[in-house]
Amino acid sequence: MNDKDKLKEVVDQAIADQQVPHVKLKKMGPSSVDIEKLTKPSKETHQEYWGKGLTYFAIGLIIVLVVSIIGFVGYHGLATFIDNHVNVFHFLTSTDWDPGEGKNHVGAAVMIVTSFAVTLLAALVATPFAVAIALYMTEYSSKKGASFLQSVTELLVGIPSVVYGFLGLTIIIPVIRTLFGGTGFGILAATLVLFVMVLPTITSLTVDSLKAVPSHFRKASMALGATHWQTIYHVVLRVATPRILTAVIFGMARAFGEALAVQMVIGNAVLMPYNLVSPSATLTSQLTSQMGNTVMGTLPNNALWSLALLLLIMSLVFNFLVKLIGKRGQK
Amino acid sequence: MDAKKKDKLATAVIYILVGIVVLILAGILGNILITGVPHLSWHFLSSEASSYQAGGGVRDQLFNSLYLLVLTTIISLPIALGAAIYLAEYAKDNWITNLIRTTIQILSSLPSIVVGLFGYLLFVVQFGLGFSIISGALALTFFNLPILTSNIEEAIKGVPQDQREAGLALGLSNWKTIRGIVLPAALPGILTGIILSAGRIFGEAAALIYTAGQSGSTINYADWNPFSPTSPLNVMRPAETLAVHIWKVNTEGIIPDATIVSAATSALLVIVVIVFNLGARYLGNKLYRKLTAAK
Repeated sequence: MNDKDKLKEVVDQAIADQQVPHVKLKKMGPSSVDIEKLTKPSKETHQEYWGKGLTYFAIGLIIVLVVSIIGFVGYHGLATFIDNHVNVFHFLTSTDWDPGEGKNHVGAAVMIVTSFAVTLLAALVATPFAVAIALYMTEYSSKKGASFLQSVTELLVGIPSVVYGFLGLTIIIPVIRTLFGGTGFGILAATLVLFVMVLPTITSLTVDSLKAVPSHFRKASMALGATHWQTIYHVVLRVATPRILTAVIFGMARAFGEALAVQMVIGNAVLMPYNLVSPSATLTSQLTSQMGNTVMGTLPNNALWSLALLLLIMSLVFNFLVKLIGKRGQK
Repeated sequence: MDAKKKDKLATAVIYILVGIVVLILAGILGNILITGVPHLSWHFLSSEASSYQAGGGVRDQLFNSLYLLVLTTIISLPIALGAAIYLAEYAKDNWITNLIRTTIQILSSLPSIVVGLFGYLLFVVQFGLGFSIISGALALTFFNLPILTSNIEEAIKGVPQDQREAGLALGLSNWKTIRGIVLPAALPGILTGIILSAGRIFGEAAALIYTAGQSGSTINYADWNPFSPTSPLNVMRPAETLAVHIWKVNTEGIIPDATIVSAATSALLVIVVIVFNLGARYLGNKLYRKLTAAK
């Protein structure tokens, strides 16, 4: 006897016995119960399957997307080394960038050095400001002041990056030109533009990290007779350090990947920067300005894809660092 | 130096740094608005961009930006909504979910130029769509998805657990509870998220220069048949947006009034973004009050 028959028997018996006396099952004879319907999934169950399926599909789509971005960029980026036989070590260390001339002229060191230089300098300048604003918002100011600064940082995030580039071009470059001579284009200009762009990123994440410090830590420190600053320096900042580092890395990731604003002020000359105001090129600026000038599948084009791959790898490294610090911070 | 003096000094330094940042922002905003707004005339908004003479406008760029924004939102919203519902309601706390979250985080931190180049590779070259609005909208969707997803997820997670339990107690299925109770309650947050991401899409340029292209085509605003090549609605035409326009006139610099055009366009962009930000806050608050009867 299968389950359906069993169920039918039980239902029939129950109806015959009227086991639940106050529930009158009017017009319900033993044969009126549709066992098929009782044992099938309900409409709601179907909807549940469909709904759940839709959400699975959406999340799957995003994962496929990320995998294919990495796959496509990786495939084209590696072509330089596999198809064109460029030496990886040479690619990373040589400053000779002229891929049109053949495989011995594909050296990305200039772009790598400049990219790291602007990123590190921007983070270095922005971090003290970001921590100061975050401290002011969480430890010093009234609610009104904090929400005012909150809007300030949100506005800074909202300004499009080309607008920053344009401002750099029309304000910062002329100032540098008069102060230091030369063209004004270079690492200094890029650093200043990036400083404003990463400031809100680092600030808002630092605010979160300071807010996460339990207030009884502060009270305990105050009760010991510490001054406000001693409390901040020895207690609040100590506890929040891992997450502040995470914030700085997020800011650096943004600076490293920023393309147009940097491209507008860096000068776009593949020359090793010998000071902060000599024109140079970053990975992103080179990609932006040269991608349209090369033909798909040729060495100059493949070399550019290798730069893109380098950007992608660095973005993954930044993510990995954030994870690493997060794990250590939990301990 | 004793502790009290140090305390005062540190406080002073913090106030000075905060003051500098506020001044920088005031300077940036003031500069954009003061140099840009005087040139924002009706003529500027309603005439075509010129390729080498002074006095061009941004009519087509403005339309393209708005059109791309609408298309991108239409494409990315269902996907982001589905993914966010999955993460907030269905995902179990295990390594798979962790992996998914990491993936989304990676996507959100990818440089937008890399996303744009991927779009170029896939749509422009591989699928043969060429520099077109649809390629641009898809690239912007990739760029937009992770942020929109996490914004919506936050909004959904903000709905109190009681409300879900109430729905389930009424015998509703999980999905019906989500659709009928959780999503309406999360609507203000979701709307805010959409508008904020719209501001980002509106100003994005790096993902577009190699997907939607850097030049416009002739557009006939009397022709609203989406399949006609001169129609503004045609998704296969190349399209330059406001942000790309700023970049282009500054890097190629053929038109003599590049600075004026970019100042005015920057002002336009910044004003739109500010309106989006304020609108998101206003609409979110208003909807929240209406839906929850809170004061």
